[in-house]
Amino acid sequence: MDIAKLRRMADQIAANFEASGHEAAVASTAEHIWKFWDPRMKAGIYADDPAQLSPIAREAIARLKADAEAA
Amino acid sequence: MGYERQKDFGTPESTSDQQVTLTIDGRKVTVPAGTTVMRAASESGGSIPKLCATDNLKQFGSCRLCLVEIEGARGTPASCTTPVADGMVVRTETPRLQKLRKGVMELYISDHPLDCLTCSANNDCELQDQAANVGLRDVRYGYDGANHMGQDVDVSNPYFDFAADKCIVCSRCVRACDEVQGTFALTVDSRGFASKISAGQRGDDFLSSECVSCGACVQACPTSALMEKSVKELGKPERAVVTTCAYCGVGCAFRAEMKGEQLVRMVPWKDGKANHGHSCVKGRFAWGYANHADRITRPMIREKITDPWREVSWDEAISYAAGKIQDIKARHGARALGGITSSRCTNEETFLVQKLVRAGFGANNVDTCARVCHSPTGYGLSTTFGTSAGTQDFDSVEDSDVIILIGANPTDAHPVFGSRMKQRLREGAKIIVIDPRRIDLVRSPHINAAHHLALQPGTNVAILTALAHVIVTEGLADEAFIKERCDWDEYQDWARFVAQEKHSPEFLEAVTRVPAQTVREAARLFATGGNGAIYYGLGVTEHAQGSSTVMAIANLAMATGNIGRRGVGVNPLRGQNNVQGACDMGSFPHELSGYRHISGGEVRKLFEDDWGVSLDPEPGLRIPNMLDAALDGSFRAIYIQGEDILQSDPDTHHVAAGLAAMECVIVHDLFLNETANYAHVFLPGSTFLEKAGTFTNAERRIQPVRKVMEPANGYQDWEVTQLLANAIGCGWNYTHASEILAEISRLTPTFAGVTWERVINGEQLQWPVNEKAPQGSPIMHVDGFVRGKGKFVVTEYVPTDEKTGPRFPLLLTTGRILSQYNVGAQTRRTGNVMWHDQDVLEIHPTDAENRGLKTGDYARLASRAGETTLRVLVTDRVAPGVVYTTFHHPDTQANVVTTDNSDWATNCPEYKVTAVQVTPSNGPSEWQEEYADLTAMARRISGGEMEPAE
Repeated sequence: MDIAKLRRMADQIAANFEASGHEAAVASTAEHIWKFWDPRMKAGIYADDPAQLSPIAREAIARLKADAEAA
Repeated sequence: MGYERQKDFGTPESTSDQQVTLTIDGRKVTVPAGTTVMRAASESGGSIPKLCATDNLKQFGSCRLCLVEIEGARGTPASCTTPVADGMVVRTETPRLQKLRKGVMELYISDHPLDCLTCSANNDCELQDQAANVGLRDVRYGYDGANHMGQDVDVSNPYFDFAADKCIVCSRCVRACDEVQGTFALTVDSRGFASKISAGQRGDDFLSSECVSCGACVQACPTSALMEKSVKELGKPERAVVTTCAYCGVGCAFRAEMKGEQLVRMVPWKDGKANHGHSCVKGRFAWGYANHADRITRPMIREKITDPWREVSWDEAISYAAGKIQDIKARHGARALGGITSSRCTNEETFLVQKLVRAGFGANNVDTCARVCHSPTGYGLSTTFGTSAGTQDFDSVEDSDVIILIGANPTDAHPVFGSRMKQRLREGAKIIVIDPRRIDLVRSPHINAAHHLALQPGTNVAILTALAHVIVTEGLADEAFIKERCDWDEYQDWARFVAQEKHSPEFLEAVTRVPAQTVREAARLFATGGNGAIYYGLGVTEHAQGSSTVMAIANLAMATGNIGRRGVGVNPLRGQNNVQGACDMGSFPHELSGYRHISGGEVRKLFEDDWGVSLDPEPGLRIPNMLDAALDGSFRAIYIQGEDILQSDPDTHHVAAGLAAMECVIVHDLFLNETANYAHVFLPGSTFLEKAGTFTNAERRIQPVRKVMEPANGYQDWEVTQLLANAIGCGWNYTHASEILAEISRLTPTFAGVTWERVINGEQLQWPVNEKAPQGSPIMHVDGFVRGKGKFVVTEYVPTDEKTGPRFPLLLTTGRILSQYNVGAQTRRTGNVMWHDQDVLEIHPTDAENRGLKTGDYARLASRAGETTLRVLVTDRVAPGVVYTTFHHPDTQANVVTTDNSDWATNCPEYKVTAVQVTPSNGPSEWQEEYADLTAMARRISGGEMEPAE
């Protein structure tokens, strides 16, 4: 998958949740990606350099990645 | 049914609760107060002669044929203009009346051609019927006096003719154009004997006039003065079958009037609950594509897209496709496979395609064309209200006092509902139009919007937040409603958010370019003007913040208490006939039918038990993700039913690259569409006239689609899907669409009470249809929201990444026009091309002048995604800095220019905002020339070259 597109999608989701406050935005971003992204898209963003993401998206991805690894 | 004219009660129905009893020809008759004597007689089984009266038009009282005698009344009043009264005693047939009526008919017939035997309306003519009814045998005046014989017939319209010598100047056509359609294109020119029906100004014919060819005048005409060309050519129909239109999401009911297997005409059905007997130029007339020479009726295959097509048997085509699917699955796994359902196909067909992908292919990579139109509606309304659908029926607009119309152009894209809206506006309702363009509902005959908020494209969220700011800060919110029906804490969070100064109209004026005072006045009007309804279209959804805009609309409706009754609500105007249904049927990759997430173990088990397979619990790929995955090699085969993604989806170069990267593209369609240029298997499709099933319109109304003729390709579309499913081992055995509907009802709670018998028997079911609402739900969220409490969502305005700059200084927004539909596959193959044979670029006079462009010039339209050329129309309908075009023609292909930007929540493309440059051009772009060559190559059929369709 085109990693630049995945980054942009994740950041876009995060930006639209940002107004709800940091913690809520991280949770909502993570939930959104979990609900709507195909496994190869998730795998692509998990494998990417987190520094390339906005802070909210970065935390959301980290949370999802941890959950996936724990499962 | 056989052929008989639709029942006409003469005057409109009265909706009064009070009942009145009178006596008509000795019979006691009880009808609602306000009913006319004519209608009362008709409802009680009688029939008073009439010519100028018809029941979808107001009483007129012109022809003097419907005279009656009323005890105690002087003279012989016209029954069409006389309301009933308690105790009234009416006689409709007396020697005096017969003599009067015969005299009236004598005058009409003295100036009418006596060519009944060769007339196209013979045996289907109200004038002929009435002449017989009154027993007219001769005309005392002879036929040699001044008359209107021999006048030229206006044949300019592609679908109907106007023969003035057959006209009796009853004004039914003029009134239909005014009252029903609301275009006011027709008039009675001159006076007295010289009176003549005229389209537009003197010198205009029907084609050059303002006439929109809705057909209301033709339907209203009691003679053959206005007559369909198809009837003139083919003769009177022999039978009529009621079915549902396959164009826009209004879902008009039509009588397909047939002669054997030949469709003679489509006539809007008066009992249709969505259209109430009205139609538009597409549904009424643009059905010729069904038998167009371009239609492919034999399956075809080819190894490579550079090979010519080879016609094969159904067995060979299905076996070839199945072999490819199974081979790819064996090599790359189920997630390398996917499919796309069609919003033009029936519920049953879309349900089967998603079932094929999930249960047959073994992946959830199924998506639908709603991805590129109303997917944000599903997300936004589900989040805020709990249901992925609009809240009202169309009739609700009759009780609206203030309408916000945002990002929709119903007079072009949903014309029959557009006419209903116009009727309500003429009655006094106010409209606030939020649109970058000056659409007809801003200003047209008898329509004058209270406010036009001509915002900068891409700033919908900002303008809606500014409206909310005024409502909250000026104390106009309906707090009683909010406290009772919504989450109060969430409301307070939202209210604090919108009340911030940075969300005031004054602050946001620099962003939206709408004067702050206009925003304030519009907000006050909406909040205080009575029943407030919001209607919206793709100008809302097809943005980077499409889903946020839908939620902002829902916030506004809840904040003003405009949910849960007639006249209010949130109303998405769906683009295609079955967008609602395709979404309902589980066409999205993350959810099963009824909008239930695929990860839900209980829901998944329900389907697994019913289908006898295990389902993938992970969401699948959306269409744009499928194309991305094709380019990285992880997605390799696709089955596309009834959608032309190469033309309809954004960033054409990317779509083409994705398709070209796949090993197997199976296109199931009526024509070799643009996507088929990249296909390896072509499975011929069937038209809506050739299949049975159901469509669900924008009001959630589940309507029957009846098979009126045999499929030219041999199979209905659901049968083709079943052939493919069985070839990969699914073992399905549906024998009729009703069996698929039964499965849908069994597995989908909102459809629990829907049966084939109920639909076919004419029950007007609007989902949810279940134990709580056995008769369906015309209005939703009446006593509470489906999700419990209505949810206010904070929607921050996040500017799109698509920015203008020195290279691309203008903003392009796209849309559709009245005569064409979507990618034009159907309408381009009809007479509608007389109105629109190419896409044109609307540009403001200032921008045109700066570039040395004038109307008719070729211009190059370029963005960072690509470029095309098209002709220019200079108009102030668009604001300076904004250009507009349509996407109906593949040789223009506006989507070469649109980008891969999309809605943050759903990936719905941002069609409505593309930064572009417009410069003069000499002719087609390099891409257009290359594409023409590709199309010619890709459409070759071995054993006989096929000309490109366009």
